[in-house]
Amino acid sequence: MATTTERKDFEATKKMKAIMGQYFTDLTTGPAQGKKTAWCTSVGPAELLRALGFNVYFPENHGAMLGATRMAPDLIPLANARGFSPDICSYLTSDIGSYLKGESPFQKMKLSGPPKADVLVFNTNQCRDVKDWFQFYAREWNVPCIGIHTPRSLGELDEPIIEDVATQIKGLIAPLEQIAGQKLDPEKLRAIMELSRQCTVLWKAVLETAANRPTPITFFDGTIQMGPAVVLRGLPEAVDYYKLLLAELQQCVANGVAAVADEKYRIYWEGMPIWGKLRDLSTQFQNLKTAVVASTYCNSWIFEDLDPADPFRSMARAYCRLFICRSDDRKEKYMEEMVAKYKVDGILYHDSKTCPNNSNNRYQMPQRLEQKLHKPYLVVHGDLNDLRLYSEEQARTNIEAFIEQLAERPAHG
Amino acid sequence: MHYFCGIDIGAATAKLVIIDEHGQTVAKSISRSGVDYAKAAEKNLADALAAAKLNRTDLCHSFSTGYGRDNVPWSDGRPTEIACHGRGAWHHIRRKMTLIDIGAQDSKMIHLDDQGRRTNFKMNRKCAAGTGSFLEEIALRLALPVEDLNELAENSGKDVTLGSFCTVFAATEILAKIRAGEKVEDIVKGAFRSVVKRIAEMGLPDGALVMTGGVVAHNPYLATLIGESFGQPVVVPPDPQHIGAFGAALFAMDKIKSGGKPCS
Repeated sequence: MATTTERKDFEATKKMKAIMGQYFTDLTTGPAQGKKTAWCTSVGPAELLRALGFNVYFPENHGAMLGATRMAPDLIPLANARGFSPDICSYLTSDIGSYLKGESPFQKMKLSGPPKADVLVFNTNQCRDVKDWFQFYAREWNVPCIGIHTPRSLGELDEPIIEDVATQIKGLIAPLEQIAGQKLDPEKLRAIMELSRQCTVLWKAVLETAANRPTPITFFDGTIQMGPAVVLRGLPEAVDYYKLLLAELQQCVANGVAAVADEKYRIYWEGMPIWGKLRDLSTQFQNLKTAVVASTYCNSWIFEDLDPADPFRSMARAYCRLFICRSDDRKEKYMEEMVAKYKVDGILYHDSKTCPNNSNNRYQMPQRLEQKLHKPYLVVHGDLNDLRLYSEEQARTNIEAFIEQLAERPAHG
Repeated sequence: MHYFCGIDIGAATAKLVIIDEHGQTVAKSISRSGVDYAKAAEKNLADALAAAKLNRTDLCHSFSTGYGRDNVPWSDGRPTEIACHGRGAWHHIRRKMTLIDIGAQDSKMIHLDDQGRRTNFKMNRKCAAGTGSFLEEIALRLALPVEDLNELAENSGKDVTLGSFCTVFAATEILAKIRAGEKVEDIVKGAFRSVVKRIAEMGLPDGALVMTGGVVAHNPYLATLIGESFGQPVVVPPDPQHIGAFGAALFAMDKIKSGGKPCS
């Protein structure tokens, strides 16, 4: 490739680094100050945990950090050696490997490491692996592991399903109150729900700036910028941050500032990020004048159903509406809308070896959507964290060839 | 007369083609890619120029492709091997086609519409099953020269199945077959069939079934087996091993037509 284009960070990113840094510091200093820590799956009932005064830690965020820092490939074998298969979630295996070795990206921030849990709270809306992951630590520390078993492959979000999940969330209150040493304050829960809702509205607006041509933000920016939406939702810091970022992006749109210089093609990224290759892939797409404008992944932290007036049922609805736990026909309808909204030229499916639930190319979806939308597709084989499952040269050539193919299409002359 | 050069630096071999302004091949060369791609490119260029009795200054544009496409200092353009194989095959076969290219390290299935535009493509996944490397490994295990494989497979009278996806495990399977008294030619044909199965699972043919690449250039019987598997005859264009380099040379020629720098 002849030239390499590096992008400047958004101005707002400095603020993000500060609030994320403070979050990690609070997590590690919390226990000494008498704060209880709840581990929570990234699309788990974070609002409930915050309302009960817990510091909320999200191990999937740590998994992503292990991937992005490329520590994961050295850590995964440690978990494999203890019986966790190389074929299961590499967030799980890299995180457990990190625990076993006592090495974490936290130490690069001069922090001791992830906080020990007082309770682990899962939601299986994403997969069973999150529960298995949490149960390891529950056994290790002899602490409770409780959670919500969400049905999967959901079509319509029928009342009985919402009722069931809402009942399960309510069922968490009593054991959590006991661990927290305090009663749930409904007003506090409502206030946190409202902050989560505001965060969602703003995060969605941030992502939707990519519907502009040229886009001011790409999927690769989104994977970094989503941090507060994942770990700080329900807190005012996240709301303030996305107001700042949104204003900057709106200014970029007004000024015609492009995330990808001379943007020619627009891609939808389906599936997990390849955390250890974000920079390389971002640079490759930059050089190909291609913007990855939308993704399932970054949009998975939009919870428009959250409603402070009906906290449990709305939380149930929000966490059941997730793309990952929906049926293929629902997923396809969603992608169809996204392709139209973001003016997408082609769809890239990341077949993430250890994340079958987030790899949507395996049951003929690419072929069905291509037939319906007349948008070409590409499948890239890799993994979210385990770079041993990623062939750099194969991926690079496939992506380059895909953009050549888009250029050959009549619409592009 | 203007001349154009295309070079395809693959995992095993580097292929170079020089064409004239009518798209006719005037010289070609081939060498091992080795570890120094720039050196391999230089050697191929010198060999082809000598064969064509041309000087370097006679070349108007040169395009490179293949894994080593970024390592050719004198390249004016670097389309992927997917694009170049399609372009090269389309020059000879002006029909809607499914092109199967089997190289040393990867296999590709490329679909072109009736205008020669790519509609879809697929490469093998991360492993070397269904590629030339697989057959090389089998030859090594059977202590056979690679060039003997085609004739042996053709003379086989029995199907021996190699079931493993994995090249290394397939080699282990071969040892078991030898112990079971299977004939070498039947095992070789089993290896060919294994490649065919890996190709067949990549997708369905649409239009003419075309094959290119070094593996089919040296093992025409494989094309016969692929044809049997898909239930339609296989068309092999001229110089199938050089088709990527030829396509790159055609792209170099297209550069003039599409308003690029004119040749001096």
